[in-house]
Amino acid sequence: MGESTRVNDRAGAGWPSTRREVMKSAGALGLGSLLPPLSVRPAAAMPAGLKAAMAAVIGDAKLNIGRVKLEIPPLVENGNTVACAVAVESPMTETDYVKAIHIFNEKNPQPNVISINLGPRAGRAAIATRIRLSDSQTVTAVAQMSDGSFWSTSVDVLITLGACLEDPL
Amino acid sequence: MARSLIKVSPNPRRGEVIEIKTLISHEMETGFRHTSTGAAIPRDIITSFVATYNGEEIFAAQLFPAIAANPFITFYTIARESGVLEFRWTGDNGYAASEQVKITVE
Repeated sequence: MGESTRVNDRAGAGWPSTRREVMKSAGALGLGSLLPPLSVRPAAAMPAGLKAAMAAVIGDAKLNIGRVKLEIPPLVENGNTVACAVAVESPMTETDYVKAIHIFNEKNPQPNVISINLGPRAGRAAIATRIRLSDSQTVTAVAQMSDGSFWSTSVDVLITLGACLEDPL
Repeated sequence: MARSLIKVSPNPRRGEVIEIKTLISHEMETGFRHTSTGAAIPRDIITSFVATYNGEEIFAAQLFPAIAANPFITFYTIARESGVLEFRWTGDNGYAASEQVKITVE
């Protein structure tokens, strides 16, 4: 216990007061393992419809995490119009470009949102649109590169008022 | 004829990456809603959007009911040469609309 000999102004209160002590006790309590890993949730947690829709696009290829930036406001008042932008890291040259961008949702009646075909002529692999979300859920963007690899990012969105599905006219 | 709006820089420099903003008026009826008597409202959406640059396809999108009413799509292209950008929307019930924009590359 090297730290215990250190002069500490706030010592005696019974609480760890240096950053090192706090981190140590957090580790002892297992808080580190409580924090969710920064990755996509396991496939088992996905609804079957979403899984099928993603499988139809990706096939047997491996889905990597990263290279895709999905911009959606984290808290949305009205699910009928949600601004949504996707940007993919790519040089967009004749030999290395983004071939397709797909957006999927988790809880709408249909898992697909939009599927886009791009080419090297785009110059920049970025798109923006407005989407509907029926409920608070996870939105996923998947990009297919010209080399056949797939990259994705997921974002959680909180919706106050969902897109009305059963709104009587 | 549906009202559409296209916003693109009319005089880009050669090789410049230009932003193209497109908007078209369309209800985008999802097909998941019902009337007060319980009858299902049939789906009526735009299913496809294609942009061509002097006849060559530069961007294509397949739209689903989860796209908000009055579909708004922004994308980019490299200004290669002067010419015509053409946008075509097609959808349910034989829906078809198109719009053209001329650009002059300096």
